Amino acid sequence: MHPIAERIQQKFPEGFLKAVEWRGDLAVTVARQSLHEVAKCLHDDPDMDFDYIVHVSSVDWPEEEERFEVVWEFYSIRKRHRIRLKTRCSESDCEVDSLVDIWKGADFMEREVYDMMGIRFRNHPDLRRILMPDDYNEGYPLRKDFPLQGKGWRDTFEFLNERQ
Amino acid sequence: MPLEDQRSTVYKVADPEHPGSASLPTLRTEELLLNMGPQHPATHGVLKVILELEGERIVKATPVMGFLHRGVEKLAEDGTYHQFIPHTDRLDYVCAMYNNFAYCRAVEKLMNLKVPERAEYLRTIVAEVQRIIGHQFWLGTQALDIGAMTVFFYTFRDREILLDWFDELCGARLTTSWYRIGGVERDFTPSLVGKIRLFLDYFPPKIDEYVVFLEKNRIWLSRTQGVAVISAEDAVNFGLSGPTLRGSGVDYDLRKYESYGAYPKCEFSVPVGKNGDTYDRYWIRILEMKESVKIIRQCLDQIPEGPIMADVPSVTLPPKDRVFTNLESMIQQFKLFSQGFDAPPGEIYCGTEAHKGELGFYIVSKGGGKPYRLKIRAPSFIHMGAFDHMSRGYMIADAVTIFGTYDIVMGECDR
Repeated sequence: MHPIAERIQQKFPEGFLKAVEWRGDLAVTVARQSLHEVAKCLHDDPDMDFDYIVHVSSVDWPEEEERFEVVWEFYSIRKRHRIRLKTRCSESDCEVDSLVDIWKGADFMEREVYDMMGIRFRNHPDLRRILMPDDYNEGYPLRKDFPLQGKGWRDTFEFLNERQ
Repeated sequence: MPLEDQRSTVYKVADPEHPGSASLPTLRTEELLLNMGPQHPATHGVLKVILELEGERIVKATPVMGFLHRGVEKLAEDGTYHQFIPHTDRLDYVCAMYNNFAYCRAVEKLMNLKVPERAEYLRTIVAEVQRIIGHQFWLGTQALDIGAMTVFFYTFRDREILLDWFDELCGARLTTSWYRIGGVERDFTPSLVGKIRLFLDYFPPKIDEYVVFLEKNRIWLSRTQGVAVISAEDAVNFGLSGPTLRGSGVDYDLRKYESYGAYPKCEFSVPVGKNGDTYDRYWIRILEMKESVKIIRQCLDQIPEGPIMADVPSVTLPPKDRVFTNLESMIQQFKLFSQGFDAPPGEIYCGTEAHKGELGFYIVSKGGGKPYRLKIRAPSFIHMGAFDHMSRGYMIADAVTIFGTYDIVMGECDR
């Protein structure tokens, strides 16, 4: 196993779920409860030193019980290594800890994940929609059950019928 | 005067000549909300920022984004990998080539494809030409926003030469789609090589010409030096990248540290700033243009002969001339575009150093011909996350400088 994954497993034997290394990328899945402390350790531990946040993303797996997968990607400027940290949450309770207090850049990225997939971030300072309009009420566009053409809101635009 | 003192100032109107005036109510001071954008020439597209002002100073800035949101990530899930390449042109529409490059690299990582050496060189040359265009565009518009109009004409004059070169290369000036998964669409002709060599001799003195307009321009200096300062620690914490990060003195360039293309075979340096202000970022971009010239020249000298597309028929497109004459190639082309190739299940992240910063693609594949999830790490979007932090305490007019210093393009920011 990758030394970083091993270290996480040692420090958080309960929180650590699995580590996958594929095409040179290391992805570590942790339990939702221990997400924040693992992230804190990744940032503060001088051996890991992940000071740079790359992106926050989410994947929807509708047929699985824990439907949403939230993904953070970190990089270490000094050590020059990467890690992808993942956690799962179910649709009925889709809330994970926010990491804004550790990486300030996570603010907008987590807002985007909330906007696009409806995953809530606990302790996020300003969890609002960011790309879609504030009053958008058709749900979350990047979920797999959201049709590509939208749910009909666009058909209600007045300018579409102006020509007739 | 410090901000707190200003806030507490109450203007009493008391005139001894007019008894009774002292009883006039004191003038009220309050914070002013100002909507800047989305229709504003200096917001580089449709960006709106709600500025909370104390006099002319920014107390808080709230960016409102999404006016150009087209759901590109959702569209990606509905098309094959090849079909997504033209969409990437429209992300950062000023620098389409680099978006193509970043995307193709990500898919190649997913497919574990090895690109032929000649193609790597071609890709690197074009990517660096695109970087020069991007920096010229930035310099011109930034100076224009700040009030130095002349530079704009000079940079756009030279940018035009390169856009015409792109036109000859792939038939389009802005939305190029020249990169392909596993290689590039077509090779350089001798005329193209000649033209770019001429440009390499022509361009370095022109960079000095741009600088002449700015280095002694008091308005430019006072509006860039000490404006939009961010410390190295904060810049890293916010996830800034590209010249915006390097301006603060952080040496982070994927071309050097996760090298790709023909960069490992070229010698170049990564300019790094000291003060983390707009002026340092400007100077870094100037130096990067000079480095790009060096890289292109080295690539042109080293470039080997050989194929320009990986020969993996299950993934890469057949050469166009064979498609029209050879039945198998035609079927292969048709299959690749209608069904796509079968990607292995898995997920990758691949970051590329575009001229704005780290442009990354996170692709999740479930097998099959379409990406299951495709996330674009757009530097403009992430830079906007630091806007509030960087603009507090500056004047309204500096807000324009701060958008500019990120080199923001809304097509990429809103996706």
